[in-house]
Amino acid sequence: MELVNIFIKSAFIENLVLTYFLGMCSYLAVSKTVKTAFGLGLAVIFVLGITMPINWLIMNYLLGENGLFGVDLTFLKLILFIAVIASMVQLVEMVIEKFSPSLYNSLGIFLPLITVNCAILGGSLFMVTKEYNFVESVAFGLGGGFGWFLAIIAIAAIREKIKYSNVPAPLRGLGIAFIITGLMGLAFLSLLGIDPAAF
Amino acid sequence: MAETAIQKTEVKEKEPLFGPKEKQLLSDPLNDNNPITVQVLGICSALAVTTLVVPSVVMTVAVVFVTAFSSLFTSLLRKSIPKQVRMIVQLVIIATLVTVVELTLKALNYEVYKQLAVFIGLIITNCIVMGRLEAFSMANKPWRSFLDGVGNGLGYGAILIIVALIRELFGKGSLFAGSALEWKIIGPSAEYMLDTTSIGWLGWYQNNNLMVLSGAAMFIIGILIWIHRSWNPKLVDVS
Repeated sequence: MELVNIFIKSAFIENLVLTYFLGMCSYLAVSKTVKTAFGLGLAVIFVLGITMPINWLIMNYLLGENGLFGVDLTFLKLILFIAVIASMVQLVEMVIEKFSPSLYNSLGIFLPLITVNCAILGGSLFMVTKEYNFVESVAFGLGGGFGWFLAIIAIAAIREKIKYSNVPAPLRGLGIAFIITGLMGLAFLSLLGIDPAAF
Repeated sequence: MAETAIQKTEVKEKEPLFGPKEKQLLSDPLNDNNPITVQVLGICSALAVTTLVVPSVVMTVAVVFVTAFSSLFTSLLRKSIPKQVRMIVQLVIIATLVTVVELTLKALNYEVYKQLAVFIGLIITNCIVMGRLEAFSMANKPWRSFLDGVGNGLGYGAILIIVALIRELFGKGSLFAGSALEWKIIGPSAEYMLDTTSIGWLGWYQNNNLMVLSGAAMFIIGILIWIHRSWNPKLVDVS
């Protein structure tokens, strides 16, 4: 039950994009068509779901005071987290290139950019501040990724339609995307009323 | 003799310490090539801190420091970095600088450090830093890369502070709350009424809670982009 709570909370109530602005760069840049948004969303779920438990293990068994070295090395967490993320992204890139070259080509530069997708590192840092245990951190990673996935699909679908609307020229493209994101953020806020304990 | 003299002046003209090109490196990111409103980089890590002005200023200083010095060091190392591992090298440089910033801030001002929380660490994944390293420092000399880093950090900070000013003024009715400069402008609480230094019309404002929500930052940036592009039409998105 606790795990479902964490999943729902990280996917909807504390949505990484809409509440914390994490992963905005790729969110805005890759959301022009639903198809690429879908691929990137899946990649983000996957990377978040993998890096979160690995970083949890590193944090607790390598860097913590009760860890391998017996000294508090948490100041190294930023460097180690980003190294784990970079290597995982490399792995995902190779897998996608092998199994779906068309998706690989359409994602282009944005696949390596998942490395600097703030949602991934942000997720790991939130996991540390929230003091989750191992299984909870997996749920948190998957939930956060799922929320990110939903948000990017939603904005991509809206942006596909809004191409046919008469938006003022200076607001076209980026400006309107920001305003839509703001509105989506407000819509997601109404989910605050959900009591996760009801599940 | 004459020839060498000419050559010397030519060399000097090529690399002035602070010529028009260097000035452009600093001023370009503030307008034509603003990291947030034009390049759309680096919105990620920092907008969540813009509810108050003071943390935003701290964030700006931190980002300027990181962009400037990571550009400088990457540019110094650019000839010895193998192409395949350049991302990792850049990330290590950035992560080291961010750790320095994080520990310094923790020592100097723990209050602000707690407010910024994970967002200081997230400067690592701030796309401007990496973007400038890839686009500029890997191909340019150290001094210019340094200026480019400072310029982009400032261009980013300018937007951050504008957003924070609007959000704090309308969301909390104050400015610079939490610092010595704290300035209560409008706002409903009783202390505003008792504030004898303020002028008589203060204290009528009902705080607008929308401004504190994350959506408001999005609206403000969307509107800033709108204003910026109608004022500078060559930036309009034609697609």
